[in-house]
Amino acid sequence: MSLSNRLRGERQHQPGPGRDARRGASEGRACWSDKLKSYVDHHRTVFVGTGRRLLAEPAQTLMTALVVAIALGLPAALYVGVVNLQQLGGRVESSAQMTVFLKKTVSAAEIDGLQKRLQKDPDIQSVNYISSEQALKEFQLLSGFGNVLEMLDDNPLPAVLLVQPDPRFRADLVGSEALVARIAALTTVDDVRLDMKWMRRLQGILEIGERLVFSLGLALSLGVLLIIGNTIRLAIESRRDEIVVVKLVGGTDSYVRRPLLYTGLWYGLLGGLLAWVLVLLAMLWVAGPVAKLAVLYQTSFQLAGLGISGLLGLLLSGTLLGLVGAWLAVARHLASIEPK
Amino acid sequence: MIRFDNVSKRYATGQEALNGLSLHLGAGEMAFLTGHSGAGKSTLLKLIMLMERPTHGQLLINGKNLARLHHSQIPYYRRRVGVVFQNHQLLFDRNVFDNVALPLQVSGYQPREVGRRVRAALDKVGLLDKEKQNPIALSGGEQQRVGIARAVVHKPRILLADEPTGNLDPELSGEIMKLFRQFGELGVTVLVATHDVDLISSMGQRLLHLQQGKLVSDERSGHVA
Repeated sequence: MSLSNRLRGERQHQPGPGRDARRGASEGRACWSDKLKSYVDHHRTVFVGTGRRLLAEPAQTLMTALVVAIALGLPAALYVGVVNLQQLGGRVESSAQMTVFLKKTVSAAEIDGLQKRLQKDPDIQSVNYISSEQALKEFQLLSGFGNVLEMLDDNPLPAVLLVQPDPRFRADLVGSEALVARIAALTTVDDVRLDMKWMRRLQGILEIGERLVFSLGLALSLGVLLIIGNTIRLAIESRRDEIVVVKLVGGTDSYVRRPLLYTGLWYGLLGGLLAWVLVLLAMLWVAGPVAKLAVLYQTSFQLAGLGISGLLGLLLSGTLLGLVGAWLAVARHLASIEPK
Repeated sequence: MIRFDNVSKRYATGQEALNGLSLHLGAGEMAFLTGHSGAGKSTLLKLIMLMERPTHGQLLINGKNLARLHHSQIPYYRRRVGVVFQNHQLLFDRNVFDNVALPLQVSGYQPREVGRRVRAALDKVGLLDKEKQNPIALSGGEQQRVGIARAVVHKPRILLADEPTGNLDPELSGEIMKLFRQFGELGVTVLVATHDVDLISSMGQRLLHLQQGKLVSDERSGHVA
């Protein structure tokens, strides 16, 4: 059937123009509940659709996502480093606070007396006695110098009291030092070591590290915004025809904006995920040497990773940066595309 | 439905496209807009589509002054107008169905409803069997019919066309014009800009002749097809 025949055939059952005009007007608009459902559906469709579009160009997508990933991964990796050092600091804080070395000449009774006296001291939480024999055994066991030590006539190690001061001294260096001086003045005591000093220094370094992570994160976040903004600008250019047509058939600005914003969101999300993978790979890379080092230091130190909260943080910050970057590009460039 | 009240349009380049034009087109009326290129036909249509704003005068659509329409309301206004372009403005990154579905999708129709209406529109222009093809694979006449299907799929109150038969041979052009007349008979206000006077003179419709931005004649062509 040719087109003209088809039209002629149809015209025979056409309703009157007036009636049809009314129908055309009322059906020209969708009802509200449909619109809401359609709005939600459209978000889902656009989310999936833009994801598919990105998958259709895997090399291009991967490159952009990787740049985002590196920018997010660098501060994340540094953050992991700082967290691990903090963990090390925390260990020192909670374990050996003061080591009291006793004179070699003191008798068992004197040690017993001293231990009881220190335990009664209100500034002290607990006292642990390690005899020189015990210390030697532990040293032989852990250091691997067993054979060498057996050749010695004498036990070179002094008896030790491990003193755990009251928790209020943890942050109080001056008070701790006064306590150290008080214990050191006792006649049976040879020397007192306070591990807090070097811990303080470590904490100072970590504070700098934290700020470094923050400022690096800020600078690289700005980088991510620029990268995604530029990518979206190119996307706007390549979809110029589509944008013009959509505007001509009554697409709102937000309708036009939506796929572009979701594209930015995808880049951010993928970048965040890749950043997490990169950090994970870097951690696997250093885990071996760290474990070896931990053995050398005779600690059970375990490398802490980013964990689930780190993953969520990376995904969230990536998504947010992607959205904002896309929004900036859209705000700058979309208004200039109008049907002419 | 469409009322031009002493409308002038001067472009930033200084070109005077329309000059004190007054015109009224009633609801359900059909008219052809003729004139040489540069006479102001395209500008007139662009003003109705709000792609341009008049420099002077008022343009009322369905009793509403378009100058009072806020920028954010333009999309909703455009959803009640259908346009066919000479270069049809089809998107070649999607098939015929998705091209025609676009006006419904931007208005938030449900997919089932979209499918029903798109097929009805494609059936009307005789392209139901081409819905899965990419428009780039179609002939010029078929592409133009896809453009028409897209312009009418959302049942607009007003249908505009700018040189819809520009690249087509006379036989195809005639069929396209009959398609427009059919929509006119369905109660849609139709305004078609064309320079093809031979083709439309036999269609018995109102003819508006533009010359240098002025309406120089407004007549009903004598013969009925």
